[in-house]
Amino acid sequence: MKQEVFESRHRDEWYVFEQWLKSLSGSKITDRPKTDEPFPVLYRKICHHLALARTRQYSAALQERLHHLALEGHQYLYKNRNSMFLSFARFFVRDFPAAMRRHGRYLFWSCLAFFGVGFVTAWVVQVKPEFIYMLMDPTQVASMESMYEPGNEAIGRERGSDSDVMMFGYYIYNNISIGFRTFAGGLVFGIGSLFFLVFNGLVIGGIASHLTAAGMSSTFWPFVSGHSSFELIAIVIFGAVGLAIGRQMIAPGRKTRWGAVADQARDSLPLIYGGITMLLIAAFVEAFWSSTTWPPNSMKYTVGISLWVLHILYFTLLGRHESRKRHG
Amino acid sequence: MSDRLLDTTYDIATPEGVELRLPVAGFAPRCLAWMIDALIKYTCLLVASIVANIMGDFGMGLMLLAAFFLLWLYNVIFEVMFNGATPGKKVLSLRVMNVDGTPVGWSGSIIRNLIRFIDVLPGAYLFGMLSITLTKRMQRLGDLAGDTLVVYQPKQPARGKLNTVSPTPLTLPMSPDEQKALVSFGERAALLNQDRANELARIIAPLTNDASTDTLRSHAAWIVGRRDDE
Repeated sequence: MKQEVFESRHRDEWYVFEQWLKSLSGSKITDRPKTDEPFPVLYRKICHHLALARTRQYSAALQERLHHLALEGHQYLYKNRNSMFLSFARFFVRDFPAAMRRHGRYLFWSCLAFFGVGFVTAWVVQVKPEFIYMLMDPTQVASMESMYEPGNEAIGRERGSDSDVMMFGYYIYNNISIGFRTFAGGLVFGIGSLFFLVFNGLVIGGIASHLTAAGMSSTFWPFVSGHSSFELIAIVIFGAVGLAIGRQMIAPGRKTRWGAVADQARDSLPLIYGGITMLLIAAFVEAFWSSTTWPPNSMKYTVGISLWVLHILYFTLLGRHESRKRHG
Repeated sequence: MSDRLLDTTYDIATPEGVELRLPVAGFAPRCLAWMIDALIKYTCLLVASIVANIMGDFGMGLMLLAAFFLLWLYNVIFEVMFNGATPGKKVLSLRVMNVDGTPVGWSGSIIRNLIRFIDVLPGAYLFGMLSITLTKRMQRLGDLAGDTLVVYQPKQPARGKLNTVSPTPLTLPMSPDEQKALVSFGERAALLNQDRANELARIIAPLTNDASTDTLRSHAAWIVGRRDDE
């Protein structure tokens, strides 16, 4: 069939499809196409015409036009559409805790690298207080001490709510950067993640222990108790994802190295989403609850401990069914 | 199609049995797009910091929030909500896609922009640049992890008409490829200016004694099947 005949025979269908694409992309169209054919049928026709145009060696411009139509059609037909709200609920009730279960092994090692190192450092600082100066220089230690000085003006006084907002912004920026760094460090064969986990464990454990020994537990612990569960668990989660990715880099198995990393990143995605959410909550709590001074310390401890318990319940009770289904 | 010329297109096979050819974009245009985006981001930050200065501590908080959103969410939001293109990419007519040719979603976009942190290392996007140069589909590390690629946004191709000339039969035998080239020229000639069209037409002069643009276009009209019968 000559190109001219082919074109005149199908021109109308192409036009209809073109208009359809335009209306799908949201631009106003003057004459709405009248057709009984559903979009996928029309799309398959376009693909068929494109294949014909190629085998029959029709002109490059015609091939290009059909290719353009097919490509745009492909975009709409195979687009991923899910209800935002439903997937949101599904995520927190099922996907996130289930993903935690899938990553149990990495979470264990991440926990060990972070909390293990943290507790050991805390113990070492209790036994040998000068150890803290091997971790941080004296000015940093001094600034930490001044932050939690019991007689301190800043902690003894209600901050204005505007400075709460400021700290919220700062905490978000800071937290998320730490989290992301811990995760992305996994791409260096997991070494980066391990480094950030151990480093944070050293610093956080060291400071906590040092401040306690220096007699500032009455200001330090109530301050951190509220957001500690969200923040520390989130760091462990990001570390676990980093380790999982690093493990795929080292031993991709039967996949290509990058294929394995891509698969792992996709599989770990719920943890990244969940981790980000937890860090956002941590920043919120830290700015608007931890910094308040009106609640008695006992109340702050109660809230802090309850949040830890809630976290443990959340991760142990939810997602069991889903993870069993995956493995079974 | 094994004897295709060397090109940077990447073919995806669709379930409908046709190949879609995506022209993947290399380092230079992406770098330019990045610069435009950076310019936009930092201008916004500059404005935000001026406002923040006026508003004091509260403003500082807003400023840090703005910095966070601009640095981490700017790309993701534009890529997912605006057809795979940040403003910078739009200017360069680039677009982010999944490797299967579907529009990039939240997960793909978030991953590729998270890994940007690694691509920047050890400075000036060296890792990203190496990765783009070394991979077949010109992906940076973030693209590899997120299964995405950056392609040229295909434009609706312009096309010249052949109906202004009266079709004339070919005066010498031509292979299918030559005929195709002739038709392509015929259609394109209408979009070129006269001098350029004539210049291109002269290439065929050694074969035929009448190599004017109009003659060639009328041959092209004949090849595509146009006849003067009505």
